[in-house]
Amino acid sequence: MNNTAAHDDHHGPEKGLLRWIKTTNHKDIGTLYLWFAFAMLIVGGALAMGIRAELLHPGLQLMDPHFFNQLTTMHGLIMVFGAIMPAMVGLGNWLIPMMVGAPDMALPRLNNWSFWILPFAALILVSTFFMEGGAPAFGWTFYAPLSTAFAPDSTDFFIFAVHLLGFSSIMGAINIIATVLNMRAPEMRLMDMPLFVWTWLITSFLLIGAMPVLAGVVTMMLTDRNFGTAFFDATGGGDPVMFQHIFWFFGHPEVYIMILPAFGIISHILPTFARKPLFGYSSMVYATASIAFLSYIVWAHHMFLTGMPVAGELYFMYATMLIAVPTGVKVFNWVATMWKGSLTFEAPMLWALSFVFLFTIGGFSGLMLGIAPADIQYHDTYFVVAHFHYVLVTGSLWAIIAATLYWLPKWVGKMYNEKLAKIHFWWAMISVNVLFFPQHFLGLAGMPRRIPDYSLQFADFNWISSIGAFAFGLSFILFAYLVVDCIRNGEPTNERPWYSAKGLEWTLGSPAAYHSFNTPPSRAQILEESQHS
Amino acid sequence: MKKLLSLTGISTALMSSKSALAEYGLNMTQGVTSTSQDIYDLHMLIFWVCVVIGVVVFGAIFYSIISFRKSQGAKAAHFHESTTVELIWTGIPILILIAMAIPASKVLIDIEILDKADMTVKITGHQWKWQYEYPEHDIGYISNLAQTSKDAIKSDNKPENYLLEVDNPLVLPVDTKIRFLITSSDVIHNWWVPELAVKQDANPGFINDSWTEIAKEGTYRGQCAELCGKDHGFMPIVVEAVSKDAFAAWVAVQKAEDEAATASATKTWSEEELMASGENIYNANCSGCHQKDGSGIPGVFPAMSGSDITNGPAADHLDIVINGKGGMPAFKMLGDSDLAAVITYERRAFGNNGSVVQPSDVTSAR
Repeated sequence: MNNTAAHDDHHGPEKGLLRWIKTTNHKDIGTLYLWFAFAMLIVGGALAMGIRAELLHPGLQLMDPHFFNQLTTMHGLIMVFGAIMPAMVGLGNWLIPMMVGAPDMALPRLNNWSFWILPFAALILVSTFFMEGGAPAFGWTFYAPLSTAFAPDSTDFFIFAVHLLGFSSIMGAINIIATVLNMRAPEMRLMDMPLFVWTWLITSFLLIGAMPVLAGVVTMMLTDRNFGTAFFDATGGGDPVMFQHIFWFFGHPEVYIMILPAFGIISHILPTFARKPLFGYSSMVYATASIAFLSYIVWAHHMFLTGMPVAGELYFMYATMLIAVPTGVKVFNWVATMWKGSLTFEAPMLWALSFVFLFTIGGFSGLMLGIAPADIQYHDTYFVVAHFHYVLVTGSLWAIIAATLYWLPKWVGKMYNEKLAKIHFWWAMISVNVLFFPQHFLGLAGMPRRIPDYSLQFADFNWISSIGAFAFGLSFILFAYLVVDCIRNGEPTNERPWYSAKGLEWTLGSPAAYHSFNTPPSRAQILEESQHS
Repeated sequence: MKKLLSLTGISTALMSSKSALAEYGLNMTQGVTSTSQDIYDLHMLIFWVCVVIGVVVFGAIFYSIISFRKSQGAKAAHFHESTTVELIWTGIPILILIAMAIPASKVLIDIEILDKADMTVKITGHQWKWQYEYPEHDIGYISNLAQTSKDAIKSDNKPENYLLEVDNPLVLPVDTKIRFLITSSDVIHNWWVPELAVKQDANPGFINDSWTEIAKEGTYRGQCAELCGKDHGFMPIVVEAVSKDAFAAWVAVQKAEDEAATASATKTWSEEELMASGENIYNANCSGCHQKDGSGIPGVFPAMSGSDITNGPAADHLDIVINGKGGMPAFKMLGDSDLAAVITYERRAFGNNGSVVQPSDVTSAR
């Protein structure tokens, strides 16, 4: 509309493969991030299939326990650092400049670099499978001293890969903060910004705070392993529990890094298909900021059994319970957005609705886990596994899939196959619950997590869970087909395929031009496209 | 087909009586201690609070989905904010949370504070076995996964209590306040028996404490609950809770056995005796890493066969087994005869040609 000026015609994308290596365009880099994340999702998913195949029946059928531990460790690391986080950054790259009326990210070359570090970090991480002694086998939380004195040599490669991933995330976060604060359309005030931008801005501050702590803890591991220090070794005056404090000081904000942008995505999709403005916009912003603040002061609820004094346990229990308040506000606001709306159920809406439903179930089990005395029985069981898969798979990943379908027409200018998308949704929705719901029962019945074999009373639910896992894994082949089919054969769409959608990105053509918003949108346009007026 | 039947079995169980549910383990155990009962009650309280909130929230979602459909001609309203409503749904959850925090704090303080214990048991986690010591009775022993379970890992014929059976269970008297001192010799383990609601990390170099008072005689089973390496899934816990009299009798038997073992350490053993005893000890303690056939896992656990240690001077071999090295734990908790037997086995089996080691060699090497 206002932005495909003549200037663009001689400044389109470069031809050939070099385009993708040299690109500084936020749309290209967003695309790279998203395909990379999808590739890693398939790798991490394949590892999960291996885990569930071994757990299908009691006894060891397919692998030795050491390899099983490598699978659980690498599955967690790849999904967290390779799939969910890059996918969220990819969505941020594509959408934030278009949502704030900026021509591109503030630091385009940095943007290129933060992406291109990732494939190399991932290669280093995955290559450890082929080293002597195998890949890291100490869980994605890599507690010392299992990850220091007792770990295979490949651990040093893992440390290097984590450093690279951390660089990438920190640079990405700096870029987003700079873009939102400096490149925003001059007429757009902070409280005009759509929620995806708000949640990503807050997430960026979490990244900047948390990732250096992760870098610190892996560096301490590195020196403990190779240079004779004893940060985590009691015989040298260190303390293995200190590792957990430092790790979770990173790790707890990390889980909100993965979910806050998802909250933003859902806050875009629900109003569109309820044909009603988002309810409680400003309380959504404050709730997101409160969650981010609280995420820094609750880390030791992962450590109730490490031998913490009772005063510490009480404090961390109370602080943890408090998180339920702003999270509850968000869920209530989403419900109020739908209330007295005019609802339709296109595929992005189905994903968003099931997000609210299933994420809330994950929130309930999270609240239960936060109760310190009850955590004595829940800790390190399949109840925890069920909990974090409900918030990460049917939370973060659900939002990523919803966002992909919702904005895909804008990205490629074509509409996906709605019928196929609905089949895909119901397939994934049913199988994911068959996969993860029985794990609640396994955990309550006493099955520890991270075990390759189990006693016979756990056999039935493990079998059900594995069958669900195989079906859920297959659903991603359908998802890949759905996206590729849309890109190749989709019906061309207009600039606003969801005609009730609000947001500056919908004022651009479909597909959005390579360079957009060369002139910033006006105040009137910003208010017209506001989510909350 | 068999699996299909078990699926039907579960759905029947879901619909039938409460006892059938217990068989499939759908819920947390109520256990046999006041702590486990308190935790169960608290768990159920939070669970029902979540259910009530869930009914309200999910009810509102489903009501919206059903009533406010565009296809049913629903017209969208335009309201989009209300400070009053926001305050209400910030305030009510806070009140609910306070109502939950009060009983939770009470239970937590009850669990964590123990004034005086009647007896103490020291629990040490090793990769991948538990060591139990009774300092007041001056006895102690190692508890390994039972051989019946080990033999069944790759077979379809699983014994009862597969992976939840040990060679030497922890024997405890009922109606006694028992303090556990929990630590580790290598990585972090976690000693968990659900029916006692005792679950505490075993941190190397530090001692954690926990306590229990068992109300009912019986056998209670648990597992290590912190990833501790390769055989984390294969170091179960079995607690035999017996009457106080039976416990006293058991202590007497243990002491007599300890004396016999000490006496055996002074005699000279034949190679056959050492090899026979050594094979059992090796399979229980060493085969987890170095493998039953002595081949190890390249890059992680060195092979026994053809190694410089097993074929070289006995002094180096003794030092590494008694004191540990890097990832290799120290085995000084084993008796002199047992150590001599297992070291001899390692030096003579797997095609090795090292020297025979006698218990007296171990005594002098300590």
